[in-house]
Amino acid sequence: MSELTSLTLAEARDQLRAKKISAKELADAHLAEMEKARPLNAYVLETPDHAKKMAAASDTKLAKGEGGPLEGIPLGIKDLFATEGVRTTACSKILENFVPQYESTVTSQLWRDGAVMLGKLNNDEFAMGSSNETSALGPVLSPWRRKGDNKPLVPGGSSGGSASAVAAHICLGATGTDTGGSIRQPAAFTGIVGIKPTYGRCSRWGIVAFASSLDQAGPFARTVRDCAILLRSMAGPDPKDSTCSDKPVPDYEKAIGKSVKGMKIGIPKEYRVDGMAAEISEQWETGRAWLKAAGAEIVDISLPHTKYALPAYYIIAPAEASSNLARYDGVRYGLRVPGKDIVDMYEQTRAAGFGKEVRRRIMIGTYVLSAGYYDAYYLRAQKVRTLIKRDFDDAWKQGIDAILTPATPSGAFGIGEKGSGDPVEMYLNDIFTVTVNMAGLPGISVPAGRDHNGLPLGLQLIGKPFGEEDLFALGHVVEQAAGPRMIPENWWSK
Amino acid sequence: MNAPTRNPKLLKGDKHDWEVVIGMEIHAQVTSNAKLFSGASTEFGGEPNSHVSLVDAAMPGMLPVINKKCVEQAVKTGLGLNAKINKKSVFDRKNYFYPDLPQGYQISQFKHPVVGEGVVTVDMQDGSSFEVGIERLHLEQDAGKSLHDQHPSMSYVDLNRSGVALMEIVSKPDMRSSDEAKAYVTKLRTILRYLGTCDGDMEKGNLRADVNVSVRKPGDALGTRCEIKNVNSIRFIGQAIEYEARRQIDILEDGGKIDQETRLFDNAKGETRSMRSKEEAHDYRYFPDPDLLPLEFDDAFVEKLKADLPELPDEKKARFVKEFGLSPYDAGVLISERETAAFFEEVAKGRDPKAAANFTINEFFGRLNKENKTIEESPISAAQLGAIVDLIADGTISGKIAKDLFEIVWEEGGDPREVVEKRGMKQVTDTGAIEKVVDDIIAKNPDKVEQVKAKPTMLGWFVGQVIKASGGKANPQAVNDILKKKLGI
Repeated sequence: MSELTSLTLAEARDQLRAKKISAKELADAHLAEMEKARPLNAYVLETPDHAKKMAAASDTKLAKGEGGPLEGIPLGIKDLFATEGVRTTACSKILENFVPQYESTVTSQLWRDGAVMLGKLNNDEFAMGSSNETSALGPVLSPWRRKGDNKPLVPGGSSGGSASAVAAHICLGATGTDTGGSIRQPAAFTGIVGIKPTYGRCSRWGIVAFASSLDQAGPFARTVRDCAILLRSMAGPDPKDSTCSDKPVPDYEKAIGKSVKGMKIGIPKEYRVDGMAAEISEQWETGRAWLKAAGAEIVDISLPHTKYALPAYYIIAPAEASSNLARYDGVRYGLRVPGKDIVDMYEQTRAAGFGKEVRRRIMIGTYVLSAGYYDAYYLRAQKVRTLIKRDFDDAWKQGIDAILTPATPSGAFGIGEKGSGDPVEMYLNDIFTVTVNMAGLPGISVPAGRDHNGLPLGLQLIGKPFGEEDLFALGHVVEQAAGPRMIPENWWSK
Repeated sequence: MNAPTRNPKLLKGDKHDWEVVIGMEIHAQVTSNAKLFSGASTEFGGEPNSHVSLVDAAMPGMLPVINKKCVEQAVKTGLGLNAKINKKSVFDRKNYFYPDLPQGYQISQFKHPVVGEGVVTVDMQDGSSFEVGIERLHLEQDAGKSLHDQHPSMSYVDLNRSGVALMEIVSKPDMRSSDEAKAYVTKLRTILRYLGTCDGDMEKGNLRADVNVSVRKPGDALGTRCEIKNVNSIRFIGQAIEYEARRQIDILEDGGKIDQETRLFDNAKGETRSMRSKEEAHDYRYFPDPDLLPLEFDDAFVEKLKADLPELPDEKKARFVKEFGLSPYDAGVLISERETAAFFEEVAKGRDPKAAANFTINEFFGRLNKENKTIEESPISAAQLGAIVDLIADGTISGKIAKDLFEIVWEEGGDPREVVEKRGMKQVTDTGAIEKVVDDIIAKNPDKVEQVKAKPTMLGWFVGQVIKASGGKANPQAVNDILKKKLGI
């Protein structure tokens, strides 16, 4: 890790503006580190030509003092975001050679503000997974290892490439998407910050869809401030997405350092799940204490329908996915395996193009929407979703400003350790995060401590609709209290 | 569903009479420049795949955005059908795989359509009328088109139509004969064209019908229905119903039973044949489209559209009957198109409306039909037609001459009054001139003179001879009077 790649995004921004460093130097340093970090498999496509061209343009602007808010900042982009002229696969074989003719709204806003693209980042196939092991382009390794153990660990998922890359200092920040925890869980596993904003805060246009009513884009970075800077560029109204909010985007960075005195923080008793590891509940206790010390008021609350969230999520998300993924049929783009007739072509193409987990979810989704099962599954799950939203609404009505929970039920696990027999074992990773997607709320994961293996643990803060500023203020308090940043030891470039 | 027995035209079976029960789903293409959820053009006849946006091609990450114009058109149509407007409706996905359906689902409205129940009054040729209940109207996307004749082993797909807005208008099973069904579609088409919400062009497929047909003994519960898909002309709708009803009657009279199924109408053979059975029917797995918010609008939106509605066919017809004293049949003919009604009103302005209606319907419409021309293509203007009506009214020309004059103006144009002058077509009312001809005819036909004295109705023969001799220009009334005087009858 070079000095340049170890900067925070805010530091790099300030040094670029002060002309202490150039965008070219910064991009080159990252490209060099990316090459060394290939064993992590975080990038599925490196785009050095783009990076150099964009960095040169940034230097020209910076020289004239015309740089945008992210001028010259090198970023990695989750492979779910369509990038014009740059292969976008969602890490699925069915899109293995797909090159979009369009740029997603979120990434186009990043480029508008001066950011530099380093490449496309690995993820679970179509964002379906919690360990980045379902990617058709191979699993991502976490830069972290257990104390005294060289066994490869997962970075979490589905945005595993993004988390790994940010933690391994091969980009200053990255985009992610979060449908059930795909930003917050990997951020927690890799000791970095990730925020899933309120549903509708970022446009979904140009992001390969998994579950439309739950999908939301958000940033990964090494500090809360860096996430605030990135989100400001990513968020905003978009007439091309009917579910995108018209609310103006505040300057989130201003929330950093804001006092949290008098804010009411809810501690939901239902998140104290059976068999919760002691280190997780201890970390949660510590987090409470930090916020209390900063002047926040801690309030015990109840979110009674929490336990139904995960099963309901695993009905709604696959239902939407089964329909969203119907377009990958071999007719217009992507993989086509010839068949003896049209139905045979569909079947062969989809069997060859989709991995096991994706096929499983398409089948579950198709089943729960079928005549005769719709009411018992899909409709009931939607009712549960309404109740979950109501739980949160009741908390806000009580005057609660944000809710503190663990981000994950454990620290990172090893590659191949979970879910090979029972997929539910893997699904349980999302137990603290899915409720937030079901209710459409913002949630941030901030590194807070370590588990018994020395691996990072995160705390999650859940905010009111469009309460991202509160989350940045509170997240910053946690970050400060947790002490120096956790940085993995570099084993991959040796 | 409630479908009371009404027996306008029972079909005869070998054993007894049968009542045919018909309901229809009309797919009407919304008149709009852009598609329902994308900005791509809806223009007909472009090169294949030339009007296709990224959304229409279902590229990854593309999202639908509702076209407000299409919503306005649907609400307008709902108002024209005297229907309930739902201020909140929901778009659902109808999931199935087909190469001309890029998304793998059609965005439609299933549980909560934008328009609810309404009613259409349908007029029959004999002057009677009946009502057809409207069950609902919803908005949905059209699919693309598969081309099977472009390659020896492959099919091609043209997505120009993919995503174009359709209104599906579902009737109640309120029709009882093929004539009623045809009259309903005709009326619906007229209403849509008046509203400007669908051009009704069936040749281009912009209006097509799924026809549900069942038969029963009068008074019985509804029989099992078959749905005939995608019939694209009013004539074929009639033929398909006739064939299908007869087919079902034959099966039932032979002691068989009807299988609920989807059928196709083969217009070359004039018969329907099975497409898929109920068991083979798709499970469409409808669910609300999470990419779209529920469609909501307020009263003001509806009121604004209501205020801008044109006079609709029923109102116009009633006005023509009341204001102009026309028969309901004539009024019905005149209002069949908004343009013809407007043309007639111009002709009738300041003239005797009945005379104007007669000449417009008999001469003018007859001629348009004969040449298969629309009113826009007419070589004669309303002003020219009006001038001819005036010439008849003021006695300058006879009705017979008027027909010749109409021919001349149609073919050669010109001011009718000048044509009459130039060609000497004026009616002769100069008694001296007529008397000369009368004397001549009397002198030449002494035998007939004897006969007419015994039988005064023979006068007609003399009138005919005189008018013929005058080249049709002699005023018949004057001829009549002079003949009577001279013959002493």
